[in-house]
Amino acid sequence: MAKPPTSLFAAALVRPALVQAVRKLDPRVLARNPVMFVTMLGAVVTTVAIPTAGEELGFVAQLAAWLWFTLLFANFAEAMAEGRGKAQADALRAARSDTMANRLIGQGRIEPVAASALRKGDTVVVAVGETIPADGDVVDGIASVDESAITGESAPVIRESGGDRCAVSGGTRVLSDRIVVRITVERGHGFLDRMIAMVEGARRQKTPNEVALTVLLAALTLIFLLVCVTLQPFGQWAGASFSTPVLVALLVCLIPTTIGALISAIGISGIDRLIQRNVLATSGRAVEAAGDVDVLMLDKTGTITLGNRMATAFLPAPGIAAERLADAAQLASLADETPEGRSIVVLAKQQFQLRGREVQAPHATFVPFTAQTRMSGVDLLGGASKRRIRKGAVEAVREFVAAQGGATDPAVLATAESVARGGGTALLVAEGSQVLGVVHLKDVVKGGIKQRFAQLRAVGIRTVMITGDNPLTAAAIAAEAGVDAFLAQATPETKLARIREEQAKGHLVAMTGDGTNDAPALAQADVGVAMNTGTQAAREAGNMVDLDSNPTKLLEIVEIGKQLIMTRGALTTFSLANDLAKYFAILPAMFAGIYATGPGPGPLAALDVMHLHSPHSAILAAVVFNALVILLLIPLALRGVAWRAAGAAAVLRRNLLVYGLGGVLAPFVGIKALDLLLVALHLV
Amino acid sequence: MLANSPFAGSSLAVLVLVGCALLSWPLGRWLRAAMDPQTASGPLARCDAWFRRLGGGATAGEHGWRRYCVQLLVFNVVMFTVGVLLLALQPGLPLNPDGKGALEWSLVFHTGASFTTNTNLQHYSGEVAMSHGSQLWALMWQQFVSAATGLAALTALARGLAGRPLGNFFVDVQRATFLVLLPLSLLVACLLVLGGMPMTLDGAVQATTLEGAVQTIARGPVAAFVAIKQLGTNGGGFFGPNSTHPFENPSFATNVVTTMALIVLPMACVWLFGRIVGNRRHAVVLFAAMSVLLLAKLGVAMACESAPTPAFAGLPVAGDVGNLEGKELRFGPGAAPLWAVLTTCTSNGSVNCMHDSLNPLTGLVPMVGMWLNETFGGVGVGMINLFVYLVLAVFVAGMMVGRTPEYLSRRVEVHEVKLAVLAMFAHALCILGGTALFAATSWGIGTPNDPGAHGFSEILYEFTSAAANNGSGFEGLGDNTVPWNVATGLVMLLARFVPIVLPLAIAGALAGKRTTAASAGTLAVDTPTFGVMVLATIVFLGALTFLPAAALGPIAEHLQTVR
Repeated sequence: MAKPPTSLFAAALVRPALVQAVRKLDPRVLARNPVMFVTMLGAVVTTVAIPTAGEELGFVAQLAAWLWFTLLFANFAEAMAEGRGKAQADALRAARSDTMANRLIGQGRIEPVAASALRKGDTVVVAVGETIPADGDVVDGIASVDESAITGESAPVIRESGGDRCAVSGGTRVLSDRIVVRITVERGHGFLDRMIAMVEGARRQKTPNEVALTVLLAALTLIFLLVCVTLQPFGQWAGASFSTPVLVALLVCLIPTTIGALISAIGISGIDRLIQRNVLATSGRAVEAAGDVDVLMLDKTGTITLGNRMATAFLPAPGIAAERLADAAQLASLADETPEGRSIVVLAKQQFQLRGREVQAPHATFVPFTAQTRMSGVDLLGGASKRRIRKGAVEAVREFVAAQGGATDPAVLATAESVARGGGTALLVAEGSQVLGVVHLKDVVKGGIKQRFAQLRAVGIRTVMITGDNPLTAAAIAAEAGVDAFLAQATPETKLARIREEQAKGHLVAMTGDGTNDAPALAQADVGVAMNTGTQAAREAGNMVDLDSNPTKLLEIVEIGKQLIMTRGALTTFSLANDLAKYFAILPAMFAGIYATGPGPGPLAALDVMHLHSPHSAILAAVVFNALVILLLIPLALRGVAWRAAGAAAVLRRNLLVYGLGGVLAPFVGIKALDLLLVALHLV
Repeated sequence: MLANSPFAGSSLAVLVLVGCALLSWPLGRWLRAAMDPQTASGPLARCDAWFRRLGGGATAGEHGWRRYCVQLLVFNVVMFTVGVLLLALQPGLPLNPDGKGALEWSLVFHTGASFTTNTNLQHYSGEVAMSHGSQLWALMWQQFVSAATGLAALTALARGLAGRPLGNFFVDVQRATFLVLLPLSLLVACLLVLGGMPMTLDGAVQATTLEGAVQTIARGPVAAFVAIKQLGTNGGGFFGPNSTHPFENPSFATNVVTTMALIVLPMACVWLFGRIVGNRRHAVVLFAAMSVLLLAKLGVAMACESAPTPAFAGLPVAGDVGNLEGKELRFGPGAAPLWAVLTTCTSNGSVNCMHDSLNPLTGLVPMVGMWLNETFGGVGVGMINLFVYLVLAVFVAGMMVGRTPEYLSRRVEVHEVKLAVLAMFAHALCILGGTALFAATSWGIGTPNDPGAHGFSEILYEFTSAAANNGSGFEGLGDNTVPWNVATGLVMLLARFVPIVLPLAIAGALAGKRTTAASAGTLAVDTPTFGVMVLATIVFLGALTFLPAAALGPIAEHLQTVR
């Protein structure tokens, strides 16, 4: 993806956001947010009251101005959050520019059509340098594809027919070769289109938690409206009358404007933070669900262990020198381009200074690995001797040796057994009828992953490792990596069953997957993250797509989900806690004259614990604080509150202290300071 | 003299509160066994079979929240109608030895609503207006079944939160009446008779005083009435002056017994809740949070009452005995603030001193108690009121720990939040709306005895008491008028059934949800931190709503006197 500006307040983002902030004053837009709508009504009423304010003209005008600022700040917050998405959407749109496509119309005939005319089910041919016109599956051929328009990753990826790497996205470019692609989506529903809609927030719907919070805020607004409306008759009883602008000021200060102003920015920026990490969620609901997840199903390979097994030891058979075993193993692996094979060559070189030799084709015939033989090796025919060297699965090599009339030493089998029990894989190496020994291949657990799992455990998330290995191997790796449970000899069916089982126990499950056979499990999981390299089916089944195809990212996704909801909770708490200080600023100002026996202030002036300058300065200071706090909290809303790996109890304690107690105290300081400032500037 | 009494000040409070807290535990166990029996055999099961047989079809089956609420409302409508009829027809009914006459229609409505809703706000004086028959059949009977309604509703709520059907109201109300309230009342009434309280169906006595004047001394089945008055958080006195009357609270001993009877069932209700939802540690946290609120209110009240009344300022009166205005000296000095706080923490509303005569800030404490209305609260309903705050506390705290909020393993979503805030809004509307209406119109202007802040407090207190289903009066208010009777009557009905039906609807919705598994990442509701969260929610969502009204009433009055 074309990298958008990374700084929170880049000028490129701020300028359009300022324009948007004014545009969003449209009442139809504000009606979506009850708190801000009431604020707008208050601003209108106060503005209308300016001409009739008489002596208080300056005060009422300033009040009205700050109420409008309150609205503008709220709109600005939302516009800033949307702006980041818009910048990304524009970059994506450039990739969608209408291209021509070569449609196959039977018997290899090709007709050129506009990409927009393509329908689901059409097949197109895409050659070197051409842009893939729409999402689809490769049905023929293999090509390297530049997907940087979507992923931002400049290294090309391989896409080939069949298997789990057949999905291609519209807007990406073929760099080599020629492929035939069957279009799998209708125009406008492609991956790129979904991405654009997502990052723009065009189809953004409020998530369940956001709706519930909006209801709470609306109800609190109603309650505080009741408080302010009934204050007029209460005042009348005491012989006082409050002006409408003052009552509006009290109302706007009491209703939860802080969270009301930022609630939408928080939601948008949550999705945006995912996009920053190259993860696309199909809905905000999915991001919220990620915060609730308490079981992670992680594929062993690539997530918990480095993608490949590495040779770590040569364990010779009785009577065989380790060097001979290493030499034979190295020879058998010379043509083996798999990482396992290469690791054997490297290990032999490290341990016995055996250099990788160039073995020329006339002398040597390489036997490649196949799923049937489960062995690979080399036949050396040069010179007098004829050497047949094989390495492979224990059973396969045993049979090979037996076929040559040899027997496998039980000691070697015991060694292989103990390797397997320790979580490793044993490769038997044989030359002719003689078994030379065992190569110990081991999964290498990623650095730091154990600590990561410990952190997850602290926040109440269990990790389940999924592997095709046998239970013995799986248990050993699970212990080394520190996962809580494992699913050995996993098949798509057992994965699905495990997810259902966890869900039945009340857990919410997240998993990653790429293959078509992962699709049912991805759909069943509460959060299914499909790898972008995966098949179209997998990408459709999940509710998130990881453009980097990095399964470890599941951990970050969960963090972002938690952080999103946490930010809402923290700012709600902060907003409500602020009310105490605002009461102590505005009520004494309103009630100062009540029950006064002389020319001085009445008894209720004693409630002015902050010793503010005058009733006007007190009310104005509270309103200004209320507006400025929105502006000050925009970065927090966009970034999210600090996330730490700790249990719920510790997190609650911390957030209650920071946002609850802080929310009670901060406005006392802020309002006092603003009061001094207003007086110093002669604004009151 | 009083200052040297062994039960001066806080000793009585400690005795009563610690004693009740200890008693509430076994009582809570009994409540669970009686209200939500888990055994299929034994005497309790036999009682249950009886209750089922008594109602025929109505007592069959367990229902969801809708059907349960319909049963509850039908029962209460019948109760209200019967009560109103008995009061209206009083002159023609038996057990009227003193020939008490007819009651005015709005007073009949008000009193009917008042006793159906467990409020017992009285705009009449019992010994003047009511026959023994009315006291026993129209009023005392309602004191039993209205408290039983609350207990049944709480049991149903807890069942819902445990994921079960809410139950059958007609069975629950019988369990509450016959297995809990009647036996307890019998016990307390016996103690009160031993303490010298009258218990007779005879009419008033004519006595000739030493000066030769003839005096009419009212009496009646007082002990029976007072027992359920206190136990069922009813609070409606047999006599007009309530528990300040020498026949309704003769001695220090009866005062201790009735004070304990006032709080012990509300305390036990917390344990009942904890036992049914299956999380006793949660109940401990709630009990502790309520206790903190109770002790805070008690501390303020006791501190404020230790100063003499402001009217004595500058007069040559001993200043070290506290405020003695409106107090009954036979109970000792600490008894009044303790009772005043407990009676308004719970929705009881009986008094053993005149709240109107409390020092201004002390007078604020009972109001705060009723504004919050869940510091143990009324029998059953106090815990239900707290539940509304719990939903909101869980919602905000749940978000703060980074998860979709959940309570007792069930998700709190838009529907639950909507119902909870609606219940909160209804409470605020009844109090603030009613007070505003009467402070601004001729309905209220002129009815208080006092002008200014104190008069405002009287109006505010009356609506607060009606909305909290409390029933205590600030007094000093001419409240037996048609507008007052109708308005507070309506407020009582609204404020009784809205906060029962809405929480039951929440419980019904939660009962149908899939449970989520608990982990280190889920919000634990059995930690001190959660207790703090609950307290903060109560203070910031509950109390702040009433701060402006408090400022114009008791706070203004207090500040006027300190100048």
